[in-house]
Amino acid sequence: MATEAKAHELIVSVSPHVRGKETVGRIMWTVNLSLLPAFVMAVYYFGPRAAYVTGLCILTAVLSEHIYQISLNRKTTIGDGSAFLTGLLLGLNLPASVPFYIPVIGSFIAIVITKLLFGGLGYNIFNPALIGRAFLLISFPKLMTIWTEPTARFVALDAKTTATPLGILKEGGLSQLMQVFGDKTELYMSLLSGNRAGSLGETSAIALLIGAAILLYRGYITWHIPLSFLATVGVIAWIFGGQGGLFTGDPVIHLISGGLLLGAFFMATDYVTCPTIRKGQVIFGIGCGAITMLIRLKGGFPEGVMFAILLMNCFAPLIDRGVKSEIFGAIKEQKK
Amino acid sequence: MDFGKLFELVVAASLINNFVFTRFLGLCIFFGVSKKMETAVGMSITFTAVMVVSAAMSWIVYEYIMIPLDLTFLKIIIFIGIVAAFVQSADTIMKKVSPALYYKLGVYLALITTNCIILAVPLINAGEKYNFLESIAFGFGSGLGFALALVIMASIRERLETADVPAPFRGLAISFVIAGLIALAFTGFSGLITL
Repeated sequence: MATEAKAHELIVSVSPHVRGKETVGRIMWTVNLSLLPAFVMAVYYFGPRAAYVTGLCILTAVLSEHIYQISLNRKTTIGDGSAFLTGLLLGLNLPASVPFYIPVIGSFIAIVITKLLFGGLGYNIFNPALIGRAFLLISFPKLMTIWTEPTARFVALDAKTTATPLGILKEGGLSQLMQVFGDKTELYMSLLSGNRAGSLGETSAIALLIGAAILLYRGYITWHIPLSFLATVGVIAWIFGGQGGLFTGDPVIHLISGGLLLGAFFMATDYVTCPTIRKGQVIFGIGCGAITMLIRLKGGFPEGVMFAILLMNCFAPLIDRGVKSEIFGAIKEQKK
Repeated sequence: MDFGKLFELVVAASLINNFVFTRFLGLCIFFGVSKKMETAVGMSITFTAVMVVSAAMSWIVYEYIMIPLDLTFLKIIIFIGIVAAFVQSADTIMKKVSPALYYKLGVYLALITTNCIILAVPLINAGEKYNFLESIAFGFGSGLGFALALVIMASIRERLETADVPAPFRGLAISFVIAGLIALAFTGFSGLITL
Protein backbone atom coordinates (compact mmCIF):
# COMPACT_ATOMS: atom_id res chain seq x y z
CA MET A 1 0.00 0.00 0.00
CA ALA A 2 1.40 3.32 -0.98
CA THR A 3 1.38 5.96 1.67
CA GLU A 4 -0.28 9.14 0.51
CA ALA A 5 0.92 12.38 1.99
CA LYS A 6 -0.98 15.39 0.72
CA ALA A 7 -1.17 19.05 1.55
CA HIS A 8 -3.11 18.54 4.78
CA GLU A 9 -0.38 16.22 5.99
CA LEU A 10 -2.79 13.57 7.06
CA ILE A 11 -1.07 10.27 6.44
CA VAL A 12 -3.43 7.50 5.51
CA SER A 13 -2.04 4.01 5.53
CA VAL A 14 -3.12 0.50 6.43
CA SER A 15 -1.86 -1.22 9.54
CA PRO A 16 0.70 -2.08 10.85
CA HIS A 17 1.68 1.45 11.80
CA VAL A 18 4.57 0.67 14.08
CA ARG A 19 7.25 -1.36 12.43
CA GLY A 20 10.20 -3.20 13.93
CA LYS A 21 13.70 -2.99 12.59
CA GLU A 22 13.73 -6.61 11.48
CA THR A 23 13.44 -7.33 7.79
CA VAL A 24 13.72 -10.52 5.81
CA GLY A 25 17.07 -9.35 4.54
CA ARG A 26 18.41 -8.61 8.01
CA ILE A 27 17.45 -12.04 9.32
CA MET A 28 18.73 -13.91 6.28
CA TRP A 29 22.11 -12.15 6.26
CA THR A 30 22.48 -12.81 9.98
CA VAL A 31 21.84 -16.50 9.37
CA ASN A 32 24.43 -16.39 6.58
CA LEU A 33 26.87 -14.79 8.98
CA SER A 34 26.18 -17.37 11.67
CA LEU A 35 27.21 -20.07 9.21
CA LEU A 36 30.58 -18.38 8.74
CA PRO A 37 32.35 -20.40 11.51
CA ALA A 38 31.20 -23.65 9.91
CA PHE A 39 32.36 -22.39 6.53
CA VAL A 40 35.78 -21.39 7.88
CA MET A 41 36.19 -24.80 9.49
CA ALA A 42 35.18 -26.44 6.21
CA VAL A 43 37.92 -24.53 4.36
CA TYR A 44 40.36 -25.31 7.18
CA TYR A 45 39.78 -29.04 6.97
CA PHE A 46 38.97 -29.57 3.32
CA GLY A 47 41.10 -26.90 1.67
CA PRO A 48 40.31 -24.42 -1.11
CA ARG A 49 38.06 -26.98 -2.73
CA ALA A 50 35.46 -26.34 0.01
CA ALA A 51 35.34 -22.66 -0.87
CA TYR A 52 35.12 -23.53 -4.56
CA VAL A 53 32.16 -25.92 -4.14
CA THR A 54 30.29 -23.60 -1.78
CA GLY A 55 30.98 -20.57 -3.95
CA LEU A 56 29.68 -22.35 -7.01
CA CYS A 57 26.48 -23.25 -5.14
CA ILE A 58 25.93 -19.67 -4.00
CA LEU A 59 26.70 -18.24 -7.43
CA THR A 60 24.26 -20.58 -9.20
CA ALA A 61 21.54 -20.05 -6.62
CA VAL A 62 21.72 -16.25 -6.79
CA LEU A 63 22.08 -16.18 -10.57
CA SER A 64 19.18 -18.55 -11.24
CA GLU A 65 16.90 -16.59 -8.91
CA HIS A 66 17.90 -13.34 -10.62
CA ILE A 67 17.48 -14.66 -14.16
CA TYR A 68 14.14 -16.30 -13.36
CA GLN A 69 12.69 -13.15 -11.85
CA ILE A 70 14.03 -10.83 -14.52
CA SER A 71 12.69 -13.03 -17.29
CA LEU A 72 9.25 -13.07 -15.67
CA ASN A 73 9.27 -9.30 -15.30
CA ARG A 74 9.30 -9.48 -11.54
CA LYS A 75 11.28 -7.61 -9.00
CA THR A 76 14.46 -9.49 -8.24
CA THR A 77 14.76 -10.58 -4.63
CA ILE A 78 18.39 -11.66 -4.51
CA GLY A 79 19.17 -8.75 -2.19
CA ASP A 80 17.34 -10.33 0.75
CA GLY A 81 19.95 -13.04 1.07
CA SER A 82 17.63 -16.02 0.97
CA ALA A 83 19.00 -17.34 -2.31
CA PHE A 84 22.50 -16.80 -0.92
CA LEU A 85 21.52 -18.80 2.17
CA THR A 86 20.07 -21.65 0.10
CA GLY A 87 23.29 -21.82 -1.91
CA LEU A 88 25.44 -21.67 1.20
CA LEU A 89 23.46 -24.42 2.97
CA LEU A 90 23.56 -26.65 -0.09
CA GLY A 91 27.29 -26.09 -0.43
CA LEU A 92 27.88 -26.98 3.21
CA ASN A 93 25.88 -30.18 2.64
CA LEU A 94 28.02 -31.47 -0.23
CA PRO A 95 31.17 -33.60 -0.09
CA ALA A 96 34.37 -31.80 -1.00
CA SER A 97 35.22 -33.87 -4.03
CA VAL A 98 32.16 -33.30 -6.24
CA PRO A 99 32.73 -32.16 -9.85
CA PHE A 100 31.56 -28.68 -10.83
CA TYR A 101 28.20 -29.66 -12.31
CA ILE A 102 26.90 -31.14 -9.04
CA PRO A 103 26.62 -27.79 -7.19
CA VAL A 104 25.20 -26.15 -10.31
CA ILE A 105 22.43 -28.72 -10.82
CA GLY A 106 21.65 -28.89 -7.12
CA SER A 107 21.35 -25.14 -6.72
CA PHE A 108 19.16 -24.86 -9.78
CA ILE A 109 16.76 -27.55 -8.49
CA ALA A 110 16.76 -25.95 -5.05
CA ILE A 111 16.01 -22.42 -6.18
CA VAL A 112 13.86 -22.81 -9.28
CA ILE A 113 11.92 -26.03 -8.72
CA THR A 114 11.56 -25.98 -4.95
CA LYS A 115 11.22 -22.27 -4.24
CA LEU A 116 10.36 -20.08 -7.21
CA LEU A 117 7.80 -22.37 -8.85
CA PHE A 118 5.81 -22.28 -5.64
CA GLY A 119 5.74 -18.52 -5.65
CA GLY A 120 9.07 -17.60 -4.11
CA LEU A 121 10.17 -17.10 -0.54
CA GLY A 122 7.38 -17.75 1.94
CA TYR A 123 5.44 -20.25 -0.14
CA ASN A 124 7.83 -23.15 -0.61
CA ILE A 125 6.70 -26.38 1.06
CA PHE A 126 10.14 -27.95 1.31
CA ASN A 127 13.49 -26.67 2.43
CA PRO A 128 15.13 -25.77 -0.92
CA ALA A 129 18.69 -26.71 0.03
CA LEU A 130 17.59 -30.13 1.29
CA ILE A 131 15.57 -30.91 -1.84
CA GLY A 132 18.63 -29.92 -3.85
CA ARG A 133 20.76 -32.33 -1.88
CA ALA A 134 18.19 -35.16 -1.91
CA PHE A 135 17.87 -34.76 -5.67
CA LEU A 136 21.65 -35.00 -6.06
CA LEU A 137 21.92 -37.98 -3.71
CA ILE A 138 19.30 -39.94 -5.68
CA SER A 139 20.61 -38.87 -9.09
CA PHE A 140 24.36 -39.19 -8.45
CA PRO A 141 24.62 -41.71 -5.59
CA LYS A 142 28.28 -42.53 -6.33
CA LEU A 143 29.59 -38.97 -6.58
CA MET A 144 27.62 -37.81 -3.56
CA THR A 145 29.07 -40.43 -1.24
CA ILE A 146 32.78 -40.08 -1.95
CA TRP A 147 34.05 -38.66 1.32
CA THR A 148 37.60 -37.36 1.39
CA GLU A 149 39.70 -37.44 4.51
CA PRO A 150 40.25 -33.98 6.01
CA THR A 151 43.87 -32.87 5.74
CA ALA A 152 43.56 -29.65 7.75
CA ARG A 153 45.64 -26.43 7.68
CA PHE A 154 43.88 -24.94 4.63
CA VAL A 155 45.84 -27.10 2.17
CA ALA A 156 44.45 -28.91 -0.82
CA LEU A 157 43.18 -32.44 -0.41
CA ASP A 158 45.23 -35.41 -1.46
CA ALA A 159 41.90 -37.04 -2.27
CA LYS A 160 42.28 -39.92 0.11
CA THR A 161 38.77 -41.30 0.46
CA THR A 162 37.34 -42.71 3.62
CA ALA A 163 33.97 -43.36 5.25
CA THR A 164 31.98 -41.01 7.48
CA PRO A 165 31.69 -41.93 11.17
CA LEU A 166 28.02 -42.83 10.70
CA GLY A 167 28.93 -44.91 7.65
CA ILE A 168 31.49 -46.84 9.71
CA LEU A 169 28.97 -47.20 12.52
CA LYS A 170 26.42 -48.65 10.10
CA GLU A 171 28.85 -51.04 8.40
CA GLY A 172 31.11 -52.20 11.20
CA GLY A 173 29.52 -51.07 14.43
CA LEU A 174 30.95 -49.20 17.37
CA SER A 175 34.05 -51.36 17.74
CA GLN A 176 35.26 -50.50 14.25
CA LEU A 177 34.59 -46.83 14.87
CA MET A 178 36.83 -47.07 17.93
CA GLN A 179 39.56 -48.72 15.89
CA VAL A 180 39.56 -45.91 13.35
CA PHE A 181 39.56 -43.03 15.84
CA GLY A 182 41.51 -44.57 18.73
CA ASP A 183 39.66 -44.17 21.99
CA LYS A 184 36.44 -42.50 22.97
CA THR A 185 37.88 -39.11 23.96
CA GLU A 186 39.70 -38.89 20.67
CA LEU A 187 36.50 -39.76 18.81
CA TYR A 188 34.57 -37.05 20.63
CA MET A 189 37.34 -34.51 20.02
CA SER A 190 37.41 -35.28 16.30
CA LEU A 191 33.65 -35.00 16.06
CA LEU A 192 33.56 -31.73 18.00
CA SER A 193 36.36 -30.02 16.09
CA GLY A 194 35.31 -31.43 12.75
CA ASN A 195 38.37 -33.50 11.94
CA ARG A 196 36.44 -36.27 10.21
CA ALA A 197 35.02 -37.13 6.84
CA GLY A 198 31.63 -35.79 5.91
CA SER A 199 29.80 -33.00 4.15
CA LEU A 200 31.72 -29.73 4.16
CA GLY A 201 29.85 -27.80 6.80
CA GLU A 202 28.46 -30.54 8.99
CA THR A 203 31.71 -31.82 10.46
CA SER A 204 32.60 -29.21 13.05
CA ALA A 205 30.14 -29.41 15.93
CA ILE A 206 31.68 -26.46 17.79
CA ALA A 207 31.52 -24.11 14.80
CA LEU A 208 27.86 -25.02 14.28
CA LEU A 209 27.05 -24.49 17.95
CA ILE A 210 28.63 -21.01 17.83
CA GLY A 211 26.41 -20.15 14.88
CA ALA A 212 23.36 -21.60 16.60
CA ALA A 213 24.12 -19.57 19.73
CA ILE A 214 24.11 -16.37 17.67
CA LEU A 215 20.73 -17.22 16.19
CA LEU A 216 19.24 -18.17 19.55
CA TYR A 217 20.63 -15.00 21.16
CA ARG A 218 19.15 -12.80 18.46
CA GLY A 219 15.84 -14.63 18.79
CA TYR A 220 15.79 -15.63 15.12
CA ILE A 221 15.21 -19.24 16.07
CA THR A 222 13.56 -20.57 19.21
CA TRP A 223 14.56 -23.60 21.20
CA HIS A 224 11.45 -25.61 20.33
CA ILE A 225 12.51 -27.37 17.16
CA PRO A 226 16.26 -27.89 17.83
CA LEU A 227 15.75 -29.07 21.40
CA SER A 228 12.91 -31.49 20.67
CA PHE A 229 14.81 -32.74 17.60
CA LEU A 230 18.08 -33.31 19.46
CA ALA A 231 16.40 -34.72 22.57
CA THR A 232 14.46 -37.27 20.54
CA VAL A 233 17.61 -38.37 18.71
CA GLY A 234 19.50 -38.61 22.01
CA VAL A 235 16.83 -40.65 23.77
CA ILE A 236 16.31 -43.06 20.88
CA ALA A 237 20.08 -43.46 20.44
CA TRP A 238 20.41 -44.20 24.15
CA ILE A 239 17.59 -46.76 24.20
CA PHE A 240 18.00 -48.53 20.86
CA GLY A 241 21.48 -47.50 19.67
CA GLY A 242 23.51 -50.00 21.66
CA GLN A 243 24.52 -53.46 20.51
CA GLY A 244 24.26 -55.05 23.93
CA GLY A 245 20.54 -54.48 24.30
CA LEU A 246 18.29 -51.64 25.37
CA PHE A 247 19.62 -48.54 27.16
CA THR A 248 23.24 -49.19 26.22
CA GLY A 249 23.58 -46.86 23.25
CA ASP A 250 25.87 -43.85 23.15
CA PRO A 251 23.75 -40.77 22.47
CA VAL A 252 26.73 -38.41 22.14
CA ILE A 253 28.08 -40.08 19.00
CA HIS A 254 24.70 -39.78 17.32
CA LEU A 255 24.22 -36.19 18.47
CA ILE A 256 27.47 -34.73 17.19
CA SER A 257 28.01 -36.81 14.08
CA GLY A 258 26.32 -36.63 10.72
CA GLY A 259 24.41 -33.56 9.69
CA LEU A 260 22.31 -33.44 12.84
CA LEU A 261 23.48 -30.10 14.29
CA LEU A 262 23.46 -28.38 10.92
CA GLY A 263 20.00 -29.78 10.23
CA ALA A 264 18.48 -29.16 13.64
CA PHE A 265 19.63 -25.55 14.03
CA PHE A 266 19.81 -24.23 10.50
CA MET A 267 17.46 -26.23 8.30
CA ALA A 268 14.62 -27.65 10.37
CA THR A 269 14.07 -24.16 11.78
CA ASP A 270 13.43 -22.62 8.38
CA TYR A 271 10.45 -20.31 9.04
CA VAL A 272 8.66 -21.17 5.84
CA THR A 273 8.74 -24.93 6.00
CA CYS A 274 8.18 -25.64 9.69
CA PRO A 275 4.89 -25.29 11.60
CA THR A 276 4.23 -21.77 12.85
CA ILE A 277 2.66 -22.70 16.18
CA ARG A 278 5.00 -23.56 19.07
CA LYS A 279 3.20 -26.75 20.01
CA GLY A 280 3.36 -27.82 16.38
CA GLN A 281 7.08 -27.06 16.29
CA VAL A 282 7.71 -29.45 19.16
CA ILE A 283 5.77 -32.18 17.34
CA PHE A 284 7.78 -31.33 14.21
CA GLY A 285 11.07 -31.68 16.09
CA ILE A 286 10.10 -34.98 17.68
CA GLY A 287 9.03 -36.32 14.29
CA CYS A 288 12.33 -35.23 12.73
CA GLY A 289 14.30 -36.94 15.50
CA ALA A 290 12.31 -40.17 15.32
CA ILE A 291 12.60 -40.49 11.54
CA THR A 292 16.32 -39.60 11.66
CA MET A 293 17.02 -42.41 14.11
CA LEU A 294 14.73 -44.84 12.26
CA ILE A 295 16.76 -44.31 9.10
CA ARG A 296 20.12 -44.29 10.88
CA LEU A 297 19.48 -47.49 12.82
CA LYS A 298 17.30 -49.47 10.42
CA GLY A 299 17.22 -47.73 7.05
CA GLY A 300 19.19 -48.12 3.85
CA PHE A 301 21.08 -44.83 4.26
CA PRO A 302 23.70 -44.15 6.94
CA GLU A 303 22.35 -40.64 7.55
CA GLY A 304 18.71 -39.69 7.87
CA VAL A 305 18.60 -36.02 8.91
CA MET A 306 17.93 -34.76 5.40
CA PHE A 307 15.08 -37.17 4.69
CA ALA A 308 13.64 -36.69 8.16
CA ILE A 309 13.38 -32.92 7.74
CA LEU A 310 11.95 -33.27 4.23
CA LEU A 311 9.35 -35.79 5.41
CA MET A 312 8.33 -33.57 8.28
CA ASN A 313 8.16 -30.65 5.84
CA CYS A 314 5.37 -32.61 4.09
CA PHE A 315 3.54 -32.87 7.38
CA ALA A 316 4.05 -29.26 8.49
CA PRO A 317 0.81 -27.86 6.99
CA LEU A 318 -1.08 -30.80 8.50
CA ILE A 319 0.49 -30.25 11.94
CA ASP A 320 -0.45 -26.58 11.75
CA ARG A 321 -4.05 -27.55 11.07
CA GLY A 322 -4.06 -30.01 13.94
CA VAL A 323 -2.74 -27.73 16.67
CA LYS A 324 -4.61 -24.62 15.65
CA SER A 325 -5.92 -23.07 18.84
CA GLU A 326 -9.58 -22.22 19.17
CA ILE A 327 -10.61 -18.61 19.02
CA PHE A 328 -11.49 -17.44 22.50
CA GLY A 329 -15.23 -17.28 23.02
CA ALA A 330 -16.02 -18.79 19.66
CA ILE A 331 -19.07 -21.00 19.40
CA LYS A 332 -18.39 -24.45 18.00
CA GLU A 333 -19.78 -25.05 14.58
CA GLN A 334 -22.84 -27.26 14.78
CA LYS A 335 -22.32 -30.64 13.19
CA LYS A 336 -24.91 -31.65 10.67
CA MET B 1 0.19 -66.44 13.98
CA ASP B 2 2.93 -63.93 13.46
CA PHE B 3 1.90 -60.44 14.48
CA GLY B 4 5.34 -59.05 13.69
CA LYS B 5 4.97 -60.00 10.05
CA LEU B 6 1.49 -58.45 9.88
CA PHE B 7 2.75 -55.23 11.43
CA GLU B 8 5.68 -55.14 9.03
CA LEU B 9 3.28 -55.61 6.13
CA VAL B 10 1.13 -52.69 7.25
CA VAL B 11 4.16 -50.40 7.69
CA ALA B 12 5.75 -51.54 4.46
CA ALA B 13 2.60 -51.04 2.41
CA SER B 14 1.74 -47.68 3.93
CA LEU B 15 5.11 -45.94 4.29
CA ILE B 16 8.04 -47.71 2.72
CA ASN B 17 6.35 -48.87 -0.45
CA ASN B 18 3.65 -46.22 -0.40
CA PHE B 19 1.64 -46.88 -3.54
CA VAL B 20 1.38 -43.26 -4.55
CA PHE B 21 4.92 -42.10 -3.83
CA THR B 22 7.01 -45.13 -4.72
CA ARG B 23 4.94 -47.05 -7.27
CA PHE B 24 3.02 -44.07 -8.68
CA LEU B 25 -0.31 -45.91 -8.74
CA GLY B 26 -3.74 -44.46 -8.14
CA LEU B 27 -2.71 -41.01 -9.28
CA CYS B 28 -6.04 -40.09 -10.88
CA ILE B 29 -7.93 -40.15 -7.58
CA PHE B 30 -4.89 -38.79 -5.78
CA PHE B 31 -4.89 -35.61 -7.84
CA GLY B 32 -8.64 -35.56 -8.32
CA VAL B 33 -9.83 -35.37 -4.74
CA SER B 34 -6.84 -33.83 -2.95
CA LYS B 35 -7.96 -30.28 -3.62
CA LYS B 36 -9.90 -29.96 -0.38
CA MET B 37 -9.26 -31.54 2.99
CA GLU B 38 -12.88 -32.52 3.47
CA THR B 39 -13.10 -34.60 0.30
CA ALA B 40 -9.67 -36.05 0.94
CA VAL B 41 -10.70 -37.33 4.36
CA GLY B 42 -13.97 -38.77 3.04
CA MET B 43 -12.12 -40.51 0.25
CA SER B 44 -9.49 -41.87 2.63
CA ILE B 45 -12.06 -43.52 4.91
CA THR B 46 -14.05 -45.03 2.06
CA PHE B 47 -10.92 -46.15 0.27
CA THR B 48 -9.39 -47.94 3.24
CA ALA B 49 -12.65 -49.76 3.99
CA VAL B 50 -13.13 -50.90 0.39
CA MET B 51 -9.48 -51.90 0.20
CA VAL B 52 -9.66 -54.23 3.19
CA VAL B 53 -12.91 -55.90 2.14
CA SER B 54 -11.93 -56.36 -1.49
CA ALA B 55 -8.53 -57.77 -0.50
CA ALA B 56 -10.29 -60.31 1.72
CA MET B 57 -12.90 -61.24 -0.91
CA SER B 58 -10.35 -61.55 -3.68
CA TRP B 59 -8.24 -63.83 -1.49
CA ILE B 60 -11.19 -66.13 -0.77
CA VAL B 61 -12.17 -66.34 -4.43
CA TYR B 62 -8.57 -66.83 -5.52
CA GLU B 63 -7.80 -69.52 -2.97
CA TYR B 64 -11.03 -71.53 -3.05
CA ILE B 65 -12.33 -71.05 -6.58
CA MET B 66 -9.59 -69.99 -8.94
CA ILE B 67 -6.74 -72.23 -7.79
CA PRO B 68 -8.84 -75.44 -7.61
CA LEU B 69 -10.35 -74.75 -11.03
CA ASP B 70 -7.01 -73.71 -12.49
CA LEU B 71 -8.32 -70.32 -13.49
CA THR B 72 -5.43 -68.19 -12.21
CA PHE B 73 -4.74 -66.84 -15.71
CA LEU B 74 -8.06 -64.98 -15.46
CA LYS B 75 -7.13 -63.16 -12.30
CA ILE B 76 -7.15 -59.63 -13.71
CA ILE B 77 -10.68 -59.93 -15.09
CA ILE B 78 -12.03 -61.74 -12.05
CA PHE B 79 -10.52 -59.29 -9.58
CA ILE B 80 -11.96 -56.35 -11.50
CA GLY B 81 -15.32 -58.11 -11.42
CA ILE B 82 -15.12 -58.74 -7.69
CA VAL B 83 -14.21 -55.14 -6.87
CA ALA B 84 -16.87 -53.71 -9.18
CA ALA B 85 -19.56 -56.03 -7.83
CA PHE B 86 -18.63 -55.29 -4.24
CA VAL B 87 -18.52 -51.53 -4.72
CA GLN B 88 -21.82 -51.50 -6.60
CA SER B 89 -23.60 -53.58 -3.99
CA ALA B 90 -22.08 -51.54 -1.15
CA ASP B 91 -23.35 -48.45 -2.92
CA THR B 92 -26.91 -49.82 -3.16
CA ILE B 93 -27.01 -51.24 0.36
CA MET B 94 -25.63 -48.05 1.88
CA LYS B 95 -28.23 -45.98 0.09
CA LYS B 96 -30.99 -48.07 1.65
CA VAL B 97 -29.55 -48.69 5.10
CA SER B 98 -27.78 -45.47 5.89
CA PRO B 99 -28.70 -42.56 3.62
CA ALA B 100 -26.73 -40.09 5.76
CA LEU B 101 -23.51 -42.04 5.33
CA TYR B 102 -24.33 -42.51 1.65
CA TYR B 103 -24.55 -38.81 1.00
CA LYS B 104 -21.27 -38.28 2.76
CA LEU B 105 -19.20 -41.06 1.22
CA GLY B 106 -21.30 -42.39 -1.67
CA VAL B 107 -19.75 -40.16 -4.29
CA TYR B 108 -16.33 -41.63 -3.67
CA LEU B 109 -17.48 -45.23 -4.03
CA ALA B 110 -18.07 -44.98 -7.76
CA LEU B 111 -14.64 -43.42 -8.26
CA ILE B 112 -12.88 -46.20 -6.38
CA THR B 113 -13.92 -48.89 -8.86
CA THR B 114 -11.58 -47.42 -11.43
CA ASN B 115 -8.61 -47.03 -9.11
CA CYS B 116 -5.50 -49.01 -9.96
CA ILE B 117 -4.39 -49.61 -6.37
CA ILE B 118 -7.60 -51.52 -5.72
CA LEU B 119 -6.63 -53.92 -8.52
CA ALA B 120 -2.93 -53.93 -7.71
CA VAL B 121 -3.41 -55.11 -4.13
CA PRO B 122 -5.25 -58.41 -4.93
CA LEU B 123 -2.78 -59.06 -7.74
CA ILE B 124 0.20 -58.53 -5.43
CA ASN B 125 -1.48 -60.63 -2.73
CA ALA B 126 -1.90 -63.45 -5.23
CA GLY B 127 1.61 -63.03 -6.62
CA GLU B 128 3.29 -63.01 -3.21
CA LYS B 129 1.09 -65.90 -1.98
CA TYR B 130 0.06 -64.06 1.19
CA ASN B 131 -2.33 -65.91 3.49
CA PHE B 132 -5.71 -64.55 4.49
CA LEU B 133 -4.59 -62.31 7.37
CA GLU B 134 -1.52 -61.11 5.50
CA SER B 135 -3.72 -60.17 2.56
CA ILE B 136 -5.96 -58.14 4.83
CA ALA B 137 -2.95 -56.50 6.49
CA PHE B 138 -1.49 -55.62 3.11
CA GLY B 139 -4.82 -54.21 1.95
CA PHE B 140 -5.19 -52.20 5.15
CA GLY B 141 -1.64 -50.85 4.88
CA SER B 142 -2.18 -49.86 1.27
CA GLY B 143 -5.37 -48.08 2.17
CA LEU B 144 -3.66 -46.32 5.04
CA GLY B 145 -0.76 -45.28 2.82
CA PHE B 146 -3.15 -43.88 0.24
CA ALA B 147 -5.07 -42.05 2.95
CA LEU B 148 -1.83 -40.58 4.27
CA ALA B 149 -0.81 -39.44 0.80
CA LEU B 150 -4.21 -37.85 0.18
CA VAL B 151 -4.32 -35.99 3.48
CA ILE B 152 -0.75 -34.66 3.15
CA MET B 153 -1.44 -33.56 -0.38
CA ALA B 154 -4.70 -31.85 0.54
CA SER B 155 -3.09 -29.93 3.38
CA ILE B 156 -0.28 -28.76 1.10
CA ARG B 157 -2.60 -27.79 -1.71
CA GLU B 158 -4.84 -25.83 0.64
CA ARG B 159 -1.80 -23.96 1.88
CA LEU B 160 -0.74 -23.19 -1.68
CA GLU B 161 -4.11 -21.70 -2.56
CA THR B 162 -2.85 -18.17 -1.95
CA ALA B 163 0.63 -18.74 -3.32
CA ASP B 164 1.88 -16.78 -6.28
CA VAL B 165 2.51 -19.78 -8.53
CA PRO B 166 3.48 -18.84 -12.11
CA ALA B 167 0.42 -19.11 -14.39
CA PRO B 168 1.49 -22.16 -16.45
CA PHE B 169 2.10 -24.11 -13.27
CA ARG B 170 -1.14 -23.43 -11.46
CA GLY B 171 -3.46 -26.30 -10.58
CA LEU B 172 -2.46 -29.76 -11.68
CA ALA B 173 1.04 -28.91 -12.84
CA ILE B 174 2.28 -27.69 -9.47
CA SER B 175 0.53 -30.68 -7.86
CA PHE B 176 2.66 -33.01 -9.94
CA VAL B 177 5.76 -31.09 -8.84
CA ILE B 178 4.68 -31.44 -5.20
CA ALA B 179 4.03 -35.16 -5.64
CA GLY B 180 7.49 -35.55 -7.14
CA LEU B 181 9.13 -33.73 -4.26
CA ILE B 182 7.21 -35.78 -1.68
CA ALA B 183 8.28 -38.92 -3.52
CA LEU B 184 11.87 -37.68 -3.23
CA ALA B 185 11.42 -37.36 0.53
CA PHE B 186 9.86 -40.84 0.74
CA THR B 187 12.96 -42.43 -0.82
CA GLY B 188 14.49 -41.94 2.62
CA PHE B 189 12.43 -44.89 3.81
CA SER B 190 13.88 -47.21 1.18
CA GLY B 191 15.69 -50.25 2.50
CA LEU B 192 13.94 -49.99 5.85
CA ILE B 193 12.11 -53.31 5.69
CA THR B 194 12.84 -55.84 3.01
CA LEU B 195 9.90 -58.11 2.46
